[in-house]
Amino acid sequence: MSIKERMSGNEAVAYAMKQIEPDVFAAFPITPSTEIPQYFAQYVADGKVSTEFVTVESEHSSMSACMGAEAAGCRAVTATSSAGLAFMYEMLYVVASSRLPVTLACVNRALTGPININNDHSDSMGARDSGWIQIYAENNQEAYDNYLQAMRIAERADVRLPIMVCQDGFITSHAVENILLENDEKVKKFVGEYRPENYLLNSERPYAVGPYDTCPYYMEHKVQQAEAMKNAKQAILDVAADFEKTFGRSYGLIEKYKMDDAEAALVLIGSTAGTAKACIDDMRSRGMKVGLVKIRAFRPFPGEEIAAALEGVKAVAVMDKSEGFTGCGGPVYSETAAACIAMENIPVMIDVVYGLGGRDCRVEDIERVYNHLFEIISTGERGPVYIHMGQRSNEKEVL
Amino acid sequence: MNKITEIRWHGRGGQGAKTACLLLADVAFTAGKYVQGFPEYGPERMGAPITAYNRISDERCTVHSNIYTPDYVVVVDETLLEAVDVTAGLKEEGAIVINSSKDPEELKPLLRGYKGGVFTIDARSVSEKNLGKYFPNTPMLAAIVKVSRVLDEDQFVADMEDSFSHKFASKPQVIEGNMNCLKDALKEVKGA
Repeated sequence: MSIKERMSGNEAVAYAMKQIEPDVFAAFPITPSTEIPQYFAQYVADGKVSTEFVTVESEHSSMSACMGAEAAGCRAVTATSSAGLAFMYEMLYVVASSRLPVTLACVNRALTGPININNDHSDSMGARDSGWIQIYAENNQEAYDNYLQAMRIAERADVRLPIMVCQDGFITSHAVENILLENDEKVKKFVGEYRPENYLLNSERPYAVGPYDTCPYYMEHKVQQAEAMKNAKQAILDVAADFEKTFGRSYGLIEKYKMDDAEAALVLIGSTAGTAKACIDDMRSRGMKVGLVKIRAFRPFPGEEIAAALEGVKAVAVMDKSEGFTGCGGPVYSETAAACIAMENIPVMIDVVYGLGGRDCRVEDIERVYNHLFEIISTGERGPVYIHMGQRSNEKEVL
Repeated sequence: MNKITEIRWHGRGGQGAKTACLLLADVAFTAGKYVQGFPEYGPERMGAPITAYNRISDERCTVHSNIYTPDYVVVVDETLLEAVDVTAGLKEEGAIVINSSKDPEELKPLLRGYKGGVFTIDARSVSEKNLGKYFPNTPMLAAIVKVSRVLDEDQFVADMEDSFSHKFASKPQVIEGNMNCLKDALKEVKGA
Protein backbone atom coordinates (compact mmCIF):
# COMPACT_ATOMS: atom_id res chain seq x y z
CA MET A 1 0.00 0.00 0.00
CA SER A 2 1.28 3.44 -0.89
CA ILE A 3 1.43 6.02 1.90
CA LYS A 4 -0.65 9.18 1.38
CA GLU A 5 1.41 12.23 2.27
CA ARG A 6 1.86 15.86 1.37
CA MET A 7 5.24 17.42 0.83
CA SER A 8 7.23 19.74 -1.39
CA GLY A 9 9.19 18.50 -4.40
CA ASN A 10 12.43 19.13 -2.54
CA GLU A 11 11.34 17.04 0.41
CA ALA A 12 10.02 14.31 -1.91
CA VAL A 13 13.44 13.92 -3.55
CA ALA A 14 15.27 14.05 -0.21
CA TYR A 15 12.87 11.40 1.09
CA ALA A 16 13.59 9.17 -1.92
CA MET A 17 17.31 9.61 -1.23
CA LYS A 18 16.77 8.65 2.39
CA GLN A 19 14.94 5.49 1.36
CA ILE A 20 17.65 4.55 -1.13
CA GLU A 21 20.43 5.46 1.32
CA PRO A 22 23.28 6.06 -1.14
CA ASP A 23 26.87 5.57 0.04
CA VAL A 24 27.92 9.16 -0.56
CA PHE A 25 26.08 12.48 -0.87
CA ALA A 26 28.48 15.30 -1.78
CA ALA A 27 26.97 18.76 -1.99
CA PHE A 28 27.56 22.47 -1.76
CA PRO A 29 24.75 22.91 0.74
CA ILE A 30 23.66 26.54 0.31
CA THR A 31 22.31 28.82 -2.44
CA PRO A 32 21.98 28.21 -5.38
CA SER A 33 21.14 24.71 -4.17
CA THR A 34 17.73 24.04 -2.63
CA GLU A 35 16.51 22.42 0.57
CA ILE A 36 17.34 18.92 -0.72
CA PRO A 37 20.80 18.75 0.93
CA GLN A 38 19.34 20.44 4.03
CA TYR A 39 16.64 17.79 4.45
CA PHE A 40 19.18 15.06 3.82
CA ALA A 41 21.65 16.55 6.31
CA GLN A 42 18.86 16.28 8.90
CA TYR A 43 18.43 12.59 8.10
CA VAL A 44 22.18 12.14 8.56
CA ALA A 45 22.18 14.08 11.85
CA ASP A 46 19.22 12.05 13.12
CA GLY A 47 21.04 8.81 12.32
CA LYS A 48 18.36 7.74 9.84
CA VAL A 49 20.88 7.02 7.05
CA SER A 50 24.43 5.72 7.06
CA THR A 51 25.38 7.83 4.02
CA GLU A 52 28.68 9.73 4.07
CA PHE A 53 27.51 13.34 3.72
CA VAL A 54 30.33 15.47 2.32
CA THR A 55 29.92 19.23 2.35
CA VAL A 56 32.31 20.83 -0.10
CA GLU A 57 33.36 24.37 -0.97
CA SER A 58 31.95 24.41 -4.50
CA GLU A 59 29.91 22.42 -6.99
CA HIS A 60 33.02 21.67 -9.02
CA SER A 61 34.19 19.85 -5.91
CA SER A 62 30.86 18.17 -5.17
CA MET A 63 30.85 16.60 -8.63
CA SER A 64 34.53 15.69 -8.23
CA ALA A 65 33.77 14.02 -4.91
CA CYS A 66 30.88 12.13 -6.50
CA MET A 67 33.19 11.01 -9.27
CA GLY A 68 35.79 9.71 -6.82
CA ALA A 69 33.19 7.90 -4.77
CA GLU A 70 31.43 6.36 -7.75
CA ALA A 71 34.74 5.26 -9.29
CA ALA A 72 35.67 3.66 -5.97
CA GLY A 73 32.56 1.52 -6.30
CA CYS A 74 30.04 3.55 -4.29
CA ARG A 75 26.66 4.94 -5.14
CA ALA A 76 27.14 8.74 -5.15
CA VAL A 77 24.51 11.47 -5.41
CA THR A 78 24.35 15.23 -5.38
CA ALA A 79 21.82 18.03 -5.78
CA THR A 80 22.13 21.48 -7.26
CA SER A 81 20.53 24.24 -9.32
CA SER A 82 21.31 27.08 -11.70
CA ALA A 83 24.81 28.52 -11.32
CA GLY A 84 25.72 25.51 -9.18
CA LEU A 85 25.17 23.23 -12.15
CA ALA A 86 27.18 25.60 -14.33
CA PHE A 87 30.03 25.43 -11.85
CA MET A 88 30.06 21.63 -12.26
CA TYR A 89 30.33 21.89 -15.99
CA GLU A 90 33.80 20.47 -16.54
CA MET A 91 33.18 17.60 -14.14
CA LEU A 92 29.83 16.72 -15.73
CA TYR A 93 31.71 15.78 -18.90
CA VAL A 94 34.43 13.92 -17.01
CA VAL A 95 31.91 11.84 -15.05
CA ALA A 96 29.88 11.03 -18.16
CA SER A 97 32.86 10.04 -20.28
CA SER A 98 34.26 7.98 -17.41
CA ARG A 99 30.92 6.13 -17.55
CA LEU A 100 30.15 6.67 -13.86
CA PRO A 101 26.42 6.49 -13.06
CA VAL A 102 26.25 9.39 -10.58
CA THR A 103 22.75 10.70 -9.78
CA LEU A 104 22.11 14.46 -9.71
CA ALA A 105 18.88 16.01 -8.46
CA CYS A 106 18.59 19.20 -10.49
CA VAL A 107 16.03 21.75 -9.38
CA ASN A 108 15.71 23.88 -12.52
CA ARG A 109 16.40 27.54 -11.90
CA ALA A 110 17.38 30.34 -14.25
CA LEU A 111 21.03 30.89 -15.01
CA THR A 112 22.42 34.29 -14.21
CA GLY A 113 22.26 37.07 -15.44
CA PRO A 114 20.58 39.34 -14.61
CA ILE A 115 20.43 37.66 -11.21
CA ASN A 116 17.27 35.59 -10.88
CA ILE A 117 16.47 32.63 -8.66
CA ASN A 118 13.24 31.45 -10.27
CA ASN A 119 12.36 28.59 -12.55
CA ASP A 120 13.34 28.04 -16.13
CA HIS A 121 15.31 25.31 -17.88
CA SER A 122 18.40 27.28 -18.85
CA ASP A 123 20.61 25.43 -16.35
CA SER A 124 19.98 21.83 -17.44
CA MET A 125 19.47 22.76 -21.10
CA GLY A 126 22.97 24.23 -21.02
CA ALA A 127 24.23 20.82 -19.92
CA ARG A 128 22.23 18.89 -22.51
CA ASP A 129 25.29 17.86 -24.51
CA SER A 130 27.37 16.77 -21.51
CA GLY A 131 26.51 13.10 -21.87
CA TRP A 132 24.08 12.92 -18.95
CA ILE A 133 20.69 11.26 -19.12
CA GLN A 134 18.03 13.88 -18.30
CA ILE A 135 14.57 13.11 -16.95
CA TYR A 136 12.04 15.81 -16.07
CA ALA A 137 9.05 15.83 -13.71
CA GLU A 138 5.64 17.49 -13.99
CA ASN A 139 4.89 17.43 -10.26
CA ASN A 140 6.15 16.23 -6.88
CA GLN A 141 4.95 12.69 -7.46
CA GLU A 142 6.93 12.42 -10.66
CA ALA A 143 10.01 13.96 -9.05
CA TYR A 144 9.85 11.22 -6.40
CA ASP A 145 9.04 8.41 -8.83
CA ASN A 146 11.72 9.50 -11.31
CA TYR A 147 14.30 9.52 -8.55
CA LEU A 148 13.39 5.95 -7.55
CA GLN A 149 13.93 4.85 -11.15
CA ALA A 150 17.08 6.86 -11.85
CA MET A 151 19.80 4.57 -10.52
CA ARG A 152 18.53 1.46 -12.22
CA ILE A 153 18.54 3.27 -15.56
CA ALA A 154 21.98 4.80 -15.06
CA GLU A 155 23.72 1.74 -13.61
CA ARG A 156 22.55 -0.77 -16.22
CA ALA A 157 25.54 -2.51 -17.83
CA ASP A 158 24.63 -1.37 -21.36
CA VAL A 159 24.17 2.24 -20.20
CA ARG A 160 26.58 3.26 -17.40
CA LEU A 161 25.89 6.95 -17.70
CA PRO A 162 25.17 9.59 -15.09
CA ILE A 163 21.59 10.79 -14.72
CA MET A 164 20.05 14.16 -13.94
CA VAL A 165 16.60 14.06 -12.34
CA CYS A 166 15.07 17.48 -12.97
CA GLN A 167 12.07 19.32 -11.55
CA ASP A 168 10.85 22.90 -11.85
CA GLY A 169 12.32 25.23 -9.24
CA PHE A 170 9.75 26.69 -6.83
CA ILE A 171 6.80 25.57 -8.98
CA THR A 172 7.21 21.99 -7.78
CA SER A 173 10.33 22.14 -5.58
CA HIS A 174 8.88 24.56 -3.01
CA ALA A 175 5.20 23.70 -3.43
CA VAL A 176 3.44 21.33 -1.07
CA GLU A 177 1.14 18.87 -2.84
CA ASN A 178 -0.38 15.47 -2.18
CA ILE A 179 1.94 12.58 -2.94
CA LEU A 180 1.98 8.80 -2.67
CA LEU A 181 5.12 7.45 -1.04
CA GLU A 182 6.22 3.84 -1.07
CA ASN A 183 7.50 1.88 1.89
CA ASP A 184 11.24 1.72 2.58
CA GLU A 185 11.65 -1.99 2.08
CA LYS A 186 9.84 -2.02 -1.26
CA VAL A 187 11.88 0.95 -2.45
CA LYS A 188 15.20 -0.63 -1.41
CA LYS A 189 14.22 -3.87 -3.13
CA PHE A 190 13.17 -2.04 -6.30
CA VAL A 191 16.35 0.04 -6.51
CA GLY A 192 18.64 -2.86 -5.54
CA GLU A 193 22.36 -2.86 -4.79
CA TYR A 194 24.99 -1.21 -6.96
CA ARG A 195 27.41 -3.85 -8.21
CA PRO A 196 29.89 -2.25 -10.63
CA GLU A 197 31.97 -4.56 -12.78
CA ASN A 198 35.10 -2.47 -12.28
CA TYR A 199 35.84 -0.23 -9.34
CA LEU A 200 38.94 1.33 -7.85
CA LEU A 201 38.70 -0.41 -4.49
CA ASN A 202 38.86 -3.81 -6.16
CA SER A 203 42.54 -4.74 -5.77
CA GLU A 204 41.98 -7.94 -7.73
CA ARG A 205 41.31 -5.98 -10.89
CA PRO A 206 43.17 -2.68 -10.91
CA TYR A 207 42.03 -0.15 -13.51
CA ALA A 208 42.53 3.51 -14.34
CA VAL A 209 39.85 6.21 -14.36
CA GLY A 210 40.16 9.36 -16.42
CA PRO A 211 43.56 8.95 -18.12
CA TYR A 212 44.62 10.82 -21.28
CA ASP A 213 42.99 9.35 -24.37
CA THR A 214 44.96 9.53 -27.60
CA CYS A 215 43.60 10.09 -31.11
CA PRO A 216 43.53 6.44 -32.08
CA TYR A 217 41.13 5.67 -29.19
CA TYR A 218 39.26 8.86 -28.30
CA MET A 219 36.69 8.65 -31.08
CA GLU A 220 35.91 5.00 -30.34
CA HIS A 221 35.26 5.91 -26.72
CA LYS A 222 32.93 8.71 -27.79
CA VAL A 223 31.02 6.33 -30.05
CA GLN A 224 30.65 3.88 -27.16
CA GLN A 225 29.33 6.71 -25.04
CA ALA A 226 26.87 7.65 -27.79
CA GLU A 227 25.75 4.02 -28.07
CA ALA A 228 25.21 3.91 -24.32
CA MET A 229 22.94 6.96 -24.61
CA LYS A 230 20.94 5.19 -27.32
CA ASN A 231 20.65 2.14 -25.06
CA ALA A 232 19.34 4.36 -22.27
CA LYS A 233 16.05 4.65 -24.14
CA GLN A 234 15.25 0.98 -23.67
CA ALA A 235 16.58 1.08 -20.11
CA ILE A 236 14.18 3.93 -19.26
CA LEU A 237 11.28 1.93 -20.71
CA ASP A 238 12.26 -1.33 -18.98
CA VAL A 239 12.68 0.31 -15.59
CA ALA A 240 9.38 2.16 -16.06
CA ALA A 241 7.64 -1.14 -16.85
CA ASP A 242 8.99 -2.72 -13.67
CA PHE A 243 8.09 0.43 -11.72
CA GLU A 244 4.51 0.18 -12.92
CA LYS A 245 4.37 -3.51 -12.01
CA THR A 246 5.74 -2.75 -8.54
CA PHE A 247 4.08 0.55 -7.66
CA GLY A 248 1.27 0.95 -10.19
CA ARG A 249 2.23 4.29 -11.74
CA SER A 250 3.06 4.36 -15.42
CA TYR A 251 5.89 6.23 -17.16
CA GLY A 252 7.53 6.37 -20.59
CA LEU A 253 9.90 8.51 -22.64
CA ILE A 254 7.05 10.88 -23.40
CA GLU A 255 3.49 11.22 -22.14
CA LYS A 256 0.71 11.76 -24.67
CA TYR A 257 -2.36 13.60 -23.41
CA LYS A 258 -5.49 13.51 -25.60
CA MET A 259 -3.41 13.17 -28.76
CA ASP A 260 -5.53 10.57 -30.59
CA ASP A 261 -7.52 13.03 -32.70
CA ALA A 262 -5.65 16.24 -31.82
CA GLU A 263 -5.40 18.90 -34.55
CA ALA A 264 -3.37 21.36 -32.49
CA ALA A 265 -0.72 20.09 -30.11
CA LEU A 266 1.93 21.34 -27.72
CA VAL A 267 5.30 19.76 -27.04
CA LEU A 268 6.80 20.82 -23.72
CA ILE A 269 8.67 19.79 -20.58
CA GLY A 270 7.89 19.93 -16.87
CA SER A 271 5.25 21.49 -14.63
CA THR A 272 3.55 23.44 -17.42
CA ALA A 273 2.23 20.08 -18.63
CA GLY A 274 -0.17 20.08 -15.67
CA THR A 275 -1.42 23.57 -16.52
CA ALA A 276 -1.77 22.51 -20.17
CA LYS A 277 -3.80 19.42 -19.19
CA ALA A 278 -6.31 21.62 -17.32
CA CYS A 279 -6.54 23.85 -20.40
CA ILE A 280 -6.98 20.85 -22.72
CA ASP A 281 -9.82 19.45 -20.58
CA ASP A 282 -11.56 22.81 -20.72
CA MET A 283 -11.07 23.33 -24.47
CA ARG A 284 -12.09 19.75 -25.24
CA SER A 285 -15.34 20.33 -23.32
CA ARG A 286 -15.95 23.05 -25.91
CA GLY A 287 -15.23 20.62 -28.76
CA MET A 288 -11.73 21.77 -29.64
CA LYS A 289 -9.31 19.02 -30.65
CA VAL A 290 -6.22 19.87 -28.65
CA GLY A 291 -3.52 17.64 -27.19
CA LEU A 292 -0.14 17.57 -25.51
CA VAL A 293 3.13 15.69 -25.81
CA LYS A 294 5.07 15.96 -22.57
CA ILE A 295 8.73 15.09 -22.85
CA ARG A 296 9.88 13.09 -19.81
CA ALA A 297 13.29 12.02 -21.09
CA PHE A 298 15.11 14.81 -22.92
CA ARG A 299 18.37 12.83 -23.01
CA PRO A 300 18.24 10.44 -24.75
CA PHE A 301 15.95 12.48 -26.99
CA PRO A 302 12.81 10.53 -27.92
CA GLY A 303 12.69 11.89 -31.48
CA GLU A 304 10.96 8.90 -33.10
CA GLU A 305 8.36 8.72 -30.35
CA ILE A 306 7.58 12.44 -30.61
CA ALA A 307 7.30 12.26 -34.41
CA ALA A 308 4.94 9.27 -34.12
CA ALA A 309 2.83 11.11 -31.53
CA LEU A 310 2.51 14.13 -33.84
CA GLU A 311 1.36 12.04 -36.82
CA GLY A 312 -1.89 13.54 -38.14
CA VAL A 313 -1.59 16.77 -36.13
CA LYS A 314 -2.06 19.95 -38.21
CA ALA A 315 -0.14 22.51 -36.13
CA VAL A 316 2.34 22.17 -33.29
CA ALA A 317 3.76 24.69 -30.83
CA VAL A 318 6.95 23.53 -29.19
CA MET A 319 7.39 25.40 -25.92
CA ASP A 320 10.90 26.18 -24.73
CA LYS A 321 11.57 27.27 -21.16
CA SER A 322 15.07 28.40 -22.04
CA GLU A 323 16.24 30.86 -24.67
CA GLY A 324 19.15 29.07 -26.28
CA PHE A 325 20.32 32.16 -28.17
CA THR A 326 20.58 30.35 -31.49
CA GLY A 327 18.79 33.17 -33.25
CA CYS A 328 16.24 30.66 -34.55
CA GLY A 329 14.61 28.90 -31.60
CA GLY A 330 15.18 27.05 -28.35
CA PRO A 331 16.63 23.56 -27.91
CA VAL A 332 13.33 21.66 -27.54
CA TYR A 333 12.08 23.21 -30.77
CA SER A 334 15.29 22.54 -32.71
CA GLU A 335 15.38 18.91 -31.69
CA THR A 336 11.65 18.32 -32.16
CA ALA A 337 11.78 19.88 -35.62
CA ALA A 338 14.81 17.74 -36.51
CA ALA A 339 13.02 14.63 -35.28
CA CYS A 340 9.98 15.40 -37.45
CA ILE A 341 11.88 15.87 -40.68
CA ALA A 342 11.37 12.22 -41.63
CA MET A 343 7.59 12.42 -41.24
CA GLU A 344 5.46 12.05 -44.33
CA ASN A 345 3.18 14.95 -43.40
CA ILE A 346 5.13 17.32 -41.25
CA PRO A 347 2.78 19.51 -39.19
CA VAL A 348 3.23 23.28 -39.22
CA MET A 349 5.52 23.97 -36.30
CA ILE A 350 6.40 27.06 -34.28
CA ASP A 351 8.54 27.72 -31.25
CA VAL A 352 7.13 29.54 -28.23
CA VAL A 353 9.79 30.56 -25.73
CA TYR A 354 8.08 31.14 -22.37
CA GLY A 355 8.49 31.23 -18.61
CA LEU A 356 12.02 32.62 -18.49
CA GLY A 357 13.21 33.56 -15.00
CA GLY A 358 9.94 32.42 -13.43
CA ARG A 359 7.54 34.32 -15.75
CA ASP A 360 4.27 32.63 -14.84
CA CYS A 361 2.42 30.46 -17.36
CA ARG A 362 -1.35 30.40 -16.77
CA VAL A 363 -4.15 28.30 -18.22
CA GLU A 364 -5.12 31.37 -20.33
CA ASP A 365 -1.60 31.56 -21.75
CA ILE A 366 -1.82 27.97 -22.93
CA GLU A 367 -5.23 28.63 -24.45
CA ARG A 368 -3.76 31.59 -26.33
CA VAL A 369 -1.12 29.31 -27.83
CA TYR A 370 -3.77 26.82 -28.98
CA ASN A 371 -5.89 29.63 -30.44
CA HIS A 372 -2.83 30.86 -32.30
CA LEU A 373 -2.35 27.36 -33.73
CA PHE A 374 -5.99 27.21 -34.86
CA GLU A 375 -5.51 30.57 -36.57
CA ILE A 376 -2.50 29.16 -38.39
CA ILE A 377 -4.58 26.14 -39.43
CA SER A 378 -7.49 28.23 -40.69
CA THR A 379 -5.45 30.89 -42.51
CA GLY A 380 -2.69 28.59 -43.70
CA GLU A 381 -0.21 31.25 -42.65
CA ARG A 382 2.53 30.21 -40.31
CA GLY A 383 3.61 33.72 -39.34
CA PRO A 384 6.63 34.21 -37.09
CA VAL A 385 8.22 30.88 -36.22
CA TYR A 386 10.08 31.89 -33.11
CA ILE A 387 7.97 33.77 -30.57
CA HIS A 388 8.49 34.91 -26.99
CA MET A 389 5.27 34.58 -24.99
CA GLY A 390 4.23 37.40 -22.71
CA GLN A 391 7.28 39.57 -23.20
CA ARG A 392 6.69 43.28 -23.54
CA SER A 393 9.66 44.68 -25.44
CA ASN A 394 9.09 43.70 -29.06
CA GLU A 395 5.49 43.72 -30.20
CA LYS A 396 6.15 41.76 -33.37
CA GLU A 397 6.93 38.67 -31.39
CA VAL A 398 4.27 38.88 -28.72
CA LEU A 399 1.80 36.04 -28.32
CA MET B 1 -16.70 19.25 -11.85
CA ASN B 2 -13.75 19.63 -9.52
CA LYS B 3 -14.57 22.60 -7.28
CA ILE B 4 -11.31 24.27 -6.40
CA THR B 5 -11.08 26.83 -3.61
CA GLU B 6 -8.28 29.29 -4.35
CA ILE B 7 -6.76 31.41 -1.59
CA ARG B 8 -4.10 34.12 -1.85
CA TRP B 9 -2.05 35.27 1.13
CA HIS B 10 -0.40 38.68 1.43
CA GLY B 11 2.17 39.26 4.12
CA ARG B 12 5.57 40.72 4.74
CA GLY B 13 8.74 38.64 4.76
CA GLY B 14 9.32 37.21 8.23
CA GLN B 15 5.69 37.37 9.41
CA GLY B 16 4.90 33.78 8.57
CA ALA B 17 2.38 34.13 5.72
CA LYS B 18 4.15 31.29 3.95
CA THR B 19 4.07 29.17 7.10
CA ALA B 20 0.35 29.86 7.57
CA CYS B 21 -0.25 28.93 3.92
CA LEU B 22 1.62 25.64 4.38
CA LEU B 23 -0.26 24.98 7.65
CA LEU B 24 -3.55 25.39 5.81
CA ALA B 25 -2.35 22.93 3.14
CA ASP B 26 -1.41 20.55 5.94
CA VAL B 27 -4.69 20.65 7.76
CA ALA B 28 -6.72 20.46 4.54
CA PHE B 29 -4.67 17.40 3.57
CA THR B 30 -5.45 15.85 6.95
CA ALA B 31 -9.14 16.46 6.23
CA GLY B 32 -8.76 14.35 3.06
CA LYS B 33 -8.49 17.13 0.49
CA TYR B 34 -6.15 17.60 -2.43
CA VAL B 35 -3.96 20.57 -1.67
CA GLN B 36 -1.40 22.94 -3.08
CA GLY B 37 0.51 25.39 -0.90
CA PHE B 38 3.26 27.49 -2.43
CA PRO B 39 4.97 30.83 -1.93
CA GLU B 40 5.95 33.31 -4.62
CA TYR B 41 9.48 34.43 -4.02
CA GLY B 42 10.69 37.92 -4.73
CA PRO B 43 13.83 39.47 -3.32
CA GLU B 44 14.21 37.73 0.04
CA ARG B 45 14.34 40.27 2.80
CA MET B 46 12.51 40.92 6.03
CA GLY B 47 9.53 43.20 5.61
CA ALA B 48 9.19 42.97 1.81
CA PRO B 49 5.69 42.13 0.57
CA ILE B 50 5.34 38.41 -0.16
CA THR B 51 2.55 36.33 -1.62
CA ALA B 52 1.60 32.72 -1.00
CA TYR B 53 -1.15 30.57 -2.48
CA ASN B 54 -3.42 27.63 -1.67
CA ARG B 55 -5.60 25.48 -3.88
CA ILE B 56 -7.91 23.09 -2.02
CA SER B 57 -10.11 20.62 -3.86
CA ASP B 58 -11.68 17.15 -3.79
CA GLU B 59 -9.82 15.97 -6.88
CA ARG B 60 -6.21 16.66 -7.85
CA CYS B 61 -5.63 20.05 -9.42
CA THR B 62 -2.90 19.92 -12.08
CA VAL B 63 -2.60 23.67 -12.68
CA HIS B 64 0.83 24.99 -11.73
CA SER B 65 0.44 28.74 -12.02
CA ASN B 66 -0.04 31.47 -9.47
CA ILE B 67 -3.60 32.44 -8.53
CA TYR B 68 -5.08 35.52 -10.22
CA THR B 69 -8.80 35.24 -9.42
CA PRO B 70 -8.86 33.90 -5.85
CA ASP B 71 -12.00 33.01 -3.94
CA TYR B 72 -10.43 34.39 -0.76
CA VAL B 73 -7.61 36.72 0.18
CA VAL B 74 -5.86 36.83 3.55
CA VAL B 75 -3.89 39.94 4.52
CA VAL B 76 -1.49 39.23 7.37
CA ASP B 77 -0.25 42.84 7.61
CA GLU B 78 -2.71 45.71 7.52
CA THR B 79 -0.09 48.17 6.20
CA LEU B 80 -0.12 46.26 2.90
CA LEU B 81 -3.59 47.59 2.09
CA GLU B 82 -2.09 50.80 0.81
CA ALA B 83 1.02 49.30 -0.77
CA VAL B 84 -0.45 46.31 -2.63
CA ASP B 85 -3.67 45.85 -4.62
CA VAL B 86 -4.74 42.98 -2.38
CA THR B 87 -8.23 42.61 -3.88
CA ALA B 88 -6.93 42.30 -7.47
CA GLY B 89 -8.98 39.61 -9.19
CA LEU B 90 -10.73 38.64 -5.93
CA LYS B 91 -14.17 37.18 -6.68
CA GLU B 92 -17.07 39.26 -5.40
CA GLU B 93 -18.83 36.18 -4.08
CA GLY B 94 -15.64 35.55 -2.11
CA ALA B 95 -14.16 37.48 0.78
CA ILE B 96 -11.09 39.14 2.22
CA VAL B 97 -9.81 38.56 5.76
CA ILE B 98 -7.55 41.25 7.21
CA ASN B 99 -5.43 41.17 10.34
CA SER B 100 -6.57 44.36 12.07
CA SER B 101 -8.07 45.65 15.29
CA LYS B 102 -10.42 47.80 13.24
CA ASP B 103 -13.96 47.00 12.14
CA PRO B 104 -14.38 45.88 8.51
CA GLU B 105 -16.38 49.03 7.72
CA GLU B 106 -13.37 51.19 8.58
CA LEU B 107 -11.14 49.33 6.13
CA LYS B 108 -13.55 49.15 3.18
CA PRO B 109 -12.43 52.54 1.78
CA LEU B 110 -8.93 51.08 1.35
CA LEU B 111 -10.17 48.13 -0.71
CA ARG B 112 -10.47 49.89 -4.06
CA GLY B 113 -14.19 49.36 -4.41
CA TYR B 114 -14.25 45.64 -3.56
CA LYS B 115 -17.88 44.58 -3.12
CA GLY B 116 -17.50 41.11 -1.59
CA GLY B 117 -17.25 40.09 2.06
CA VAL B 118 -14.81 41.93 4.30
CA PHE B 119 -13.70 40.39 7.61
CA THR B 120 -11.17 41.38 10.22
CA ILE B 121 -9.44 39.50 12.99
CA ASP B 122 -7.27 41.12 15.65
CA ALA B 123 -4.52 38.52 15.47
CA ARG B 124 -2.21 40.58 17.64
CA SER B 125 -4.47 40.71 20.67
CA VAL B 126 -5.51 37.05 20.28
CA SER B 127 -1.88 35.98 20.02
CA GLU B 128 -0.56 38.21 22.80
CA LYS B 129 -3.33 37.12 25.13
CA ASN B 130 -2.75 33.40 24.62
CA LEU B 131 0.94 33.15 23.75
CA GLY B 132 2.36 36.27 25.32
CA LYS B 133 3.94 37.10 21.96
CA TYR B 134 2.85 38.18 18.51
CA PHE B 135 2.57 35.21 16.14
CA PRO B 136 -0.20 36.02 13.65
CA ASN B 137 -0.13 32.58 11.92
CA THR B 138 -2.53 30.57 14.03
CA PRO B 139 -5.23 33.27 14.35
CA MET B 140 -5.09 34.01 10.61
CA LEU B 141 -5.36 30.31 9.79
CA ALA B 142 -8.42 29.96 12.02
CA ALA B 143 -9.98 33.08 10.53
CA ILE B 144 -9.67 31.92 6.92
CA VAL B 145 -11.06 28.48 7.79
CA LYS B 146 -14.01 30.18 9.48
CA VAL B 147 -14.68 32.61 6.62
CA SER B 148 -14.08 30.24 3.69
CA ARG B 149 -15.78 27.20 5.26
CA VAL B 150 -13.35 25.17 3.18
CA LEU B 151 -13.03 22.78 6.14
CA ASP B 152 -15.44 21.63 8.81
CA GLU B 153 -14.74 23.77 11.87
CA ASP B 154 -14.90 21.04 14.54
CA GLN B 155 -12.79 18.72 12.44
CA PHE B 156 -10.31 21.57 11.92
CA VAL B 157 -9.97 22.16 15.67
CA ALA B 158 -9.46 18.45 16.33
CA ASP B 159 -6.91 18.10 13.52
CA MET B 160 -4.96 21.14 14.67
CA GLU B 161 -4.78 19.81 18.21
CA ASP B 162 -3.38 16.59 16.83
CA SER B 163 -0.93 18.49 14.63
CA PHE B 164 0.26 20.78 17.48
CA SER B 165 0.79 17.85 19.81
CA HIS B 166 3.13 16.30 17.23
CA LYS B 167 4.84 19.54 16.30
CA PHE B 168 5.38 20.66 19.89
CA ALA B 169 5.92 17.21 21.40
CA SER B 170 9.01 18.53 23.21
CA LYS B 171 7.28 21.73 24.44
CA PRO B 172 3.78 20.68 25.55
CA GLN B 173 3.27 24.05 27.32
CA VAL B 174 2.92 25.71 23.89
CA ILE B 175 0.10 23.43 22.75
CA GLU B 176 -2.54 24.88 25.04
CA GLY B 177 -1.67 28.46 24.12
CA ASN B 178 -1.87 27.74 20.42
CA MET B 179 -5.16 25.87 20.79
CA ASN B 180 -6.63 28.78 22.77
CA CYS B 181 -5.38 31.12 20.07
CA LEU B 182 -7.17 29.05 17.46
CA LYS B 183 -10.45 28.83 19.37
CA ASP B 184 -10.45 32.54 20.28
CA ALA B 185 -9.75 33.50 16.68
CA LEU B 186 -12.70 31.41 15.46
CA LYS B 187 -14.92 33.46 17.79
CA GLU B 188 -13.44 36.86 17.17
CA VAL B 189 -13.67 37.19 13.41
CA LYS B 190 -15.65 40.36 12.67
CA GLY B 191 -17.67 41.16 9.58
CA ALA B 192 -19.99 39.59 7.04
